Amino acid sequence: MGLLSKKDLKLITDPLADNNPITIQVLGICSALAITAELKASIVMSIAVLFVMGLGNLTISLMRNIIPPKIRIIVQLIVVATLVIIVDLVLKAFAYELSKTLSVFVGLIITNCIIMGRFEAFALANGPIRSFIDGVGNALGYAIILIIVGFFRELLGSGTLLGFKVLGNPIEKTGVYAFGYENNGFMLLAPMALITVGIIIWVQRSRNEALIEDN
Amino acid sequence: MARNTESNGYTIIFATAMVLIVGTLLAFLASSLKDKINENKRIEKQQNILYAMGVNENDESSVAFVSKNIVGEEFSKYITKQIVITGTETTEDNNAYLIDLKKEAAAAKNSAYTRRLPLFIGNKEGKEYYIVPVRGKGLWDAIWGYVALNNQLVIQGVYFDHAGETPGLGSNIKERFFMDDFIGEHIMDGDTFKGVAVSKSNVDPKNLRKTDFAVDAISGSTITGDGLATMLKKDLKMYIPYLQTLKQ
Repeated sequence: MGLLSKKDLKLITDPLADNNPITIQVLGICSALAITAELKASIVMSIAVLFVMGLGNLTISLMRNIIPPKIRIIVQLIVVATLVIIVDLVLKAFAYELSKTLSVFVGLIITNCIIMGRFEAFALANGPIRSFIDGVGNALGYAIILIIVGFFRELLGSGTLLGFKVLGNPIEKTGVYAFGYENNGFMLLAPMALITVGIIIWVQRSRNEALIEDN
Repeated sequence: MARNTESNGYTIIFATAMVLIVGTLLAFLASSLKDKINENKRIEKQQNILYAMGVNENDESSVAFVSKNIVGEEFSKYITKQIVITGTETTEDNNAYLIDLKKEAAAAKNSAYTRRLPLFIGNKEGKEYYIVPVRGKGLWDAIWGYVALNNQLVIQGVYFDHAGETPGLGSNIKERFFMDDFIGEHIMDGDTFKGVAVSKSNVDPKNLRKTDFAVDAISGSTITGDGLATMLKKDLKMYIPYLQTLKQ
């Protein structure tokens, strides 16, 4: 018997594939489109969301019995916003450079619908530990898609990965560029992010029988 | 004990309590960290100014400032003079780098107000640098930076930064491949001010032409690039009357 029971483990593994927040629940698309032009931005966003989702789910779950149902969405929003602002302030004071990297993500995290979605669908009805695990699982499911999209967009759009010129130098014409290869600038624009996510959904649905809907 | 969480009274009490708790917590945190944050911002300004004049720890492709511990020393070593230009008058002011450009720009909307223009004069290995702070609008939020010129009004180095440009696209204005393109660019055509445009039809990826008043744009960040060009045009222009006197 491992650290997690089978049921708890499912909370982590499910969002990675069969119930992925982006490809199946179609949540969090906005940030998946906005920031995946570079692998590094995808990774930073993933870590930030992982942190906020875990703690947010935990907080909401602890409060679940006292939150008035009429204003629960506002309460959820305040919890996310407070968590994000606290992190932002602390980073600005003690890790200023890191806070500069994260500054543009702050707004995107607060409005990320995956976070609100999990609060609403899971944390309000489950205990704190399971909610925490569910938050981490969903954040990982979100991260995996962001990283796949970021990988392809940066590789095909800029010919780099994490800033390293893996395909050679497009200006000096070295590496694959010597054979006439060109970067596809369209990959850097939002429409190609949507198409890339679409391709991932297509591949996933065609391979996983459980997801094929019968008409 | 069963609580009626549905009742209006409970909802109002809960909302009030939560606002009070969260508000107090954030206000307390913000005010207790304020000094530290402001100090970090001040250090960053010094680092940015030094970066523009080439005092940095860059290797081939990184953007690395002089370290926090020595920035104060380096700043007083390399920045020989800080001046404030008000109309036709110039005064020396050792805290000119703390002038808030946003507030100055807002105050200047009132035509009775003469805008204070800070300028930093640096000296590195016998070469003089005139560092101009600039501030403008990107796609989502403010963008700003520092432009180091020599006395012939040729750009020697720049540093750009932004509050919230799109990661991976507009945010690349603070990357070396973009900022380094500005080095050597002319901003004056004879006696006429031209600025530097961020151009999509430049067809000069290696940036060999230094007198075309343009650098290559970044794919996918048209508005940020245009905003940056406008910022340079508008803000550098205010300094031209003073900078022209250096040319002689």
